Amino acid sequence: MGATKTSVVSTIVSVESVSKKFGERLAVDSLDLEVPAQTCLGLLGPNGAGKTTTLRMIYGVTRPDSGTIRVFGKDINQHLRSVRSRLGVTLQKNALIEALSPKENLRVFGRYHLLREPELSRRAGELIDFLDLRSHADVPVRQLSGGFQRRLAIALSLMNRPELLILDEPTTGLDPAVRLVLWSRIRELRTAGTTVLITTHYMDEAQRLCDRVAIVSAGRVIDAGIPADLIVNRLEPETVEFDCTAQEELALLDGFVPADRRLRVGQRLMLYVNDAATLIERIRRYDRGERRPIIVRPTNLEDVFLSLTGTSLERDS
Amino acid sequence: MSVSAPYALAVWRRNAALYRRTWKWNILPNFFEPVFYLFSIGIGVGAYVSEMGGMTYLEFLAPGLVCVAAMNGASFEVTYNIYVRLIFEKAYDAMMTTPIEPDDVLAGEVLWAITRSSIYGGCFFIVLALFGLAPLPSSLWVLLVIPLTGLLFAAIGLVFSLRIPTIDLFSFYFTLFLTPLFLFSDVFFPLEERLAQPWLWVAEALPLLHPVRLARASFSGEFSPVILWDLFYMLSASVLLLLLARQSVRQRLTN
Repeated sequence: MGATKTSVVSTIVSVESVSKKFGERLAVDSLDLEVPAQTCLGLLGPNGAGKTTTLRMIYGVTRPDSGTIRVFGKDINQHLRSVRSRLGVTLQKNALIEALSPKENLRVFGRYHLLREPELSRRAGELIDFLDLRSHADVPVRQLSGGFQRRLAIALSLMNRPELLILDEPTTGLDPAVRLVLWSRIRELRTAGTTVLITTHYMDEAQRLCDRVAIVSAGRVIDAGIPADLIVNRLEPETVEFDCTAQEELALLDGFVPADRRLRVGQRLMLYVNDAATLIERIRRYDRGERRPIIVRPTNLEDVFLSLTGTSLERDS
Repeated sequence: MSVSAPYALAVWRRNAALYRRTWKWNILPNFFEPVFYLFSIGIGVGAYVSEMGGMTYLEFLAPGLVCVAAMNGASFEVTYNIYVRLIFEKAYDAMMTTPIEPDDVLAGEVLWAITRSSIYGGCFFIVLALFGLAPLPSSLWVLLVIPLTGLLFAAIGLVFSLRIPTIDLFSFYFTLFLTPLFLFSDVFFPLEERLAQPWLWVAEALPLLHPVRLARASFSGEFSPVILWDLFYMLSASVLLLLLARQSVRQRLTN
């Protein structure tokens, strides 16, 4: 797409030791991040970790207190208009004009990028097809379902054929069918050469979409890499989940599973092991005939995420 | 300055796209309002007033009401409507993801407020002309006063709207600022016949007084040098207030 007309930049976004304070609160703390061209990078982190602030600094609506941000090789704060004309952003909260139809919303938004007829209508039509909005293209947005509205919000951010697409929690609150459709569209865009930067709380989403992920906590990147590598490097391949008391845990696992390979949430215990079969046998022996329900599953990104960011909810308050 | 006309126009067109949806319903009150005023105050109250400022009461009232219409048109736009766009519709958050900058938003919104005030004031003027209350062609000068009134009240309203923490404060703006202006700006009675000289100096600070005087001059066709002061007041106040508004827009849209 646009990559042909400018010199090829291998790094689309580069964030270098960027910090941002809001009053006394340090939202982003000398954060580093790189998004290579034509890849999908996932920014993962608990609520309040600084993901949205990082995105806002990347598209230049929040100014960092220190550090530099380059997008398409240019300092965003000096080349605001030219950089923004080449990127698209889907905000966490939809910003739609509810009294107007999807078609009209797309045309209004296209004008923000100075698109004119006939390109304006042609591009709107393409996106209506691309995101399956055709059946309700002329219905006022306020009458549309949440999934429809979300698809429209994503369509808006594609009006200018962005080389970089920034998606802030694109599928939060959507039903599984809509999520599947959106994932497939995002993959299509990425295959066609769009660079994608996405934040999400859903680890399955990150695992399916992202070439690389960066886990953010308290305004810093605490780990980054290919999802599969992150799992292999951090934890054992199998996860065993069951309910047990603290005393049972002591009796069962001490000297058997190291403390940093256990994750407890209330009664629930998750253990990361190389050999689940041996562990299950041990539990069964301990239980003597009484068979407590045990789940065995492959270790996933969510486990890595939780082991890194913790399970306490304190930061939310 | 980083205003870019095409981007400011894109902001204007957003509002125009919405208005095009609803203009048929929006524009009707613009025609009824002047009719009600003319009947109630002009013809009703006017029946007990033999003359005012050297003319019939209806003739005295007409030019000022055009300015009031223009003031109201701009004021609604830059108070309630802009607040809805800012807080509920998140329109500016969306614009800030595109090449549009805060200065473009300000320019587009001011242009739109002027447009709305011209629709209000223009409708009022048409009604007056139909009733034979707008002497032609001299009163056509008022068509220049209307957008200037829109500009001034867009600037005043924006400074207020962008600095208040909650939408509830708009009622103060309307009842404690616009209503007294409406009542004491030469619209209903000639200030110079009722106020002592020192108070007349104070009255010069009232922003609605100046467009009303300009409108009255257009309707009578008598242009005295004081209209230069009126024009100067309106333009310089608009520019100063827009510079203040510009700061606030930046603070509200970026951080």
